[in-house]
Amino acid sequence: MSVVTTSFPNTAPGWQLPSRGKVAMAGLIIAESAIFTIFVVAYLFYLGKSLTGPAPREVLETPIFYTICLLSSSLTIHFAAKFLARGIKFAFLGFWLLTIALGGLFLYGTAQEWHRLIYEHGLTISTNLFGTTYYSLVGLHGFHVTAGLVMLLTVAVLGLCGHIGIKQSGHIEALSMYWHFVDAVWVVVFTVVYVLGR
Amino acid sequence: MSSNAITIPGNQIQSRPWVDELHQWVTTVDHKRLGILYILSALLFLTIGGVEALVIRIQLMHSHNNFVSPEVFNSMFTMHGTTMIFFVAMPVLFGFANYLVPLMIGARDMAFPRLNAFSFWLSFLGGLLLYFSFLGGSGLYGAGSAPDVGWWSYAPLGARAFSPGHSSDYWTLSLLVSGFGSIGTAINIIATIVSLRCPGMKISRMPLLVWMNLVMAGMVLIAITPLSAAQIMLLIDRYLGGHFFDTQAGGSAVLWMHFFWIFGHPEVYVLIIPCFAFMSEIIPVFSRKPIFGYPVMVAATVCIAFVSMSVWAHHMFTIGMNSYANSFFTLTTMAVGVPTGIKIFNWIGTMWGGRIQFKTPMLFSIGFLFQFLVAGLTGIMMAASPFDWQLSLSYFVVAHFHYVIVGGILFALFAAFYYWYPKMTGRMLSERLGKWHFWLFLIGFHLTFDVMHIPGVLGMPRRIYTYEPGRGWDTLNLIISIGAFIQAIAILVFVANLIISYFKGAKAGNDPWDAWTLEWSTSSPPPAYNFATVPTVSSRRPLWDLKHPEDPDSRYE
Repeated sequence: MSVVTTSFPNTAPGWQLPSRGKVAMAGLIIAESAIFTIFVVAYLFYLGKSLTGPAPREVLETPIFYTICLLSSSLTIHFAAKFLARGIKFAFLGFWLLTIALGGLFLYGTAQEWHRLIYEHGLTISTNLFGTTYYSLVGLHGFHVTAGLVMLLTVAVLGLCGHIGIKQSGHIEALSMYWHFVDAVWVVVFTVVYVLGR
Repeated sequence: MSSNAITIPGNQIQSRPWVDELHQWVTTVDHKRLGILYILSALLFLTIGGVEALVIRIQLMHSHNNFVSPEVFNSMFTMHGTTMIFFVAMPVLFGFANYLVPLMIGARDMAFPRLNAFSFWLSFLGGLLLYFSFLGGSGLYGAGSAPDVGWWSYAPLGARAFSPGHSSDYWTLSLLVSGFGSIGTAINIIATIVSLRCPGMKISRMPLLVWMNLVMAGMVLIAITPLSAAQIMLLIDRYLGGHFFDTQAGGSAVLWMHFFWIFGHPEVYVLIIPCFAFMSEIIPVFSRKPIFGYPVMVAATVCIAFVSMSVWAHHMFTIGMNSYANSFFTLTTMAVGVPTGIKIFNWIGTMWGGRIQFKTPMLFSIGFLFQFLVAGLTGIMMAASPFDWQLSLSYFVVAHFHYVIVGGILFALFAAFYYWYPKMTGRMLSERLGKWHFWLFLIGFHLTFDVMHIPGVLGMPRRIYTYEPGRGWDTLNLIISIGAFIQAIAILVFVANLIISYFKGAKAGNDPWDAWTLEWSTSSPPPAYNFATVPTVSSRRPLWDLKHPEDPDSRYE
């Protein structure tokens, strides 16, 4: 046993610090942004440097519909989080499931595009530099959408079992930060791949 | 000072079976135990990396030596570099950050204890994966080989054609895995510092160690991740037939260099900033004066972090960039010297007029100040691109960065070991052995790395397996190797000191150095919950305020 004689005058004013979950998610987003930056730089650096075809201009089609799906899922998850914060569980679940549906639709769109590129145009990751950079950049984003969907589905299952309430609001907000980030990255990827890159 | 004493149930020593004890260490989520695990794993890899360095030095002792084969020599310098940076320096600094940051901000643990444990095991198992390459590097077909393409693994050396077998895969995967561990720890450190400070611990009152670890963690987020991204690209090249770094298909070897050094140079600051943090805590305590220029120190740290993000291509002057790029990277590199110089002046300003106590931590700190200055000066020399064209890839460069890493980082780490060992174990390290350690290491260090500049200037390239006699390199290399062995003996003294003092050292008590930051207010070693009541602070030196209620710091803030 040791006796410590140091004690501190007990004056606790209104001491409020940011939520650790949100701070950590912000940190993760910064780290992920750096990873995406490197992949975007590689994509831009190798634009037009492929020695063989096919070139982006010949095979890419702008996925406007699926982009609208993904971007609007940012709105729906925002509403879901807001409803949860106000304790309206039913509306939260509705918007949450809508978010999952929109995210799933986006992934379906990517899958369809890849199927078309591989089977109609013979473009794979090892075909040329365009293939390498395209599949890795879009694939990295798709991987993040998938990871997000897994987390959203977990919450949905918990929510359907009635385990998500106003107490979990902070966690849900951190998760929605991640989803917003995934959407924001798509804006960059879309611009680089389908607008500048064609 | 309020007189109500807190009774803390200290370590209730019960004899448990050792399996039970081991199980507790493996499954722990306590930031102090994880910190110690980080440090112990780093010491293990330090020994291995040190032996590799000795193999290199024996091979280069005289011309036409045949101590090891060229292949083994290549894997020795590759493994030495990779080990020392990723599995010694990073973990030991994370270990200290883990141990000290929550204690210094009056928190009971890190923000995410389980993430903390996960990150530690990722980095440790990453290290084991790297060393498994000795067994599994060539799969089942050969005897196995460690990675041997240098710690940069420059393209196209990392490609399938030039790194057959799995040696480069082990290298890539181990760095990827430990990189994810580093990102987890960095996020954890940031969340802890932002969200768990005790009442009154405004960011303007945080100890400088906490400030600098915050900056370090922020840098890890943006500096380690480019390496992870580049490793993913290399894996795509090696396993999926991608062409990122495949020059035959239009890929670029230079892009790998850029990606590697976008990580590589900030990494140096990721390592040195926590060492600045140690200095900023140790020098004031042993000079019996508060730190000189606290806000300027913080500003200089943030400034270094920003500028260091734009200096990476000074590692690439010899690849033939255009003159604008050369001038830009020369100027930014020299600019880093300004905030760094401010720091050195502030530490000297802290010592100036103080009642300096020459205890072992302070000796190592003074060694750090001197050697880090010299390392900085050769750095400024190399920053001038025309000078760099002459000496790049020579032993001058090797001498320069070992001056930073050994003379700077390792000396600061030794100071930190001697300063915080009493807090971690409850026992003082022996001053006698400490002085032996210091002087032996100092002599060995200067024999090796002062002399190493000369063969560099004489034209000895780095990474050569052996050399011709009669170039004036023989005697110099012999002296360098002798110095390396003196350093190895000093490390043995250090390890002996760690072990002997753990059992026989003088009892430390709560506050052996009469210091001022919160970790010294709790028992040594601290209980699992750190503080019985969460402290409230009203100045930068909460313990000074308690010890001197008649003249508290808070009066002047």
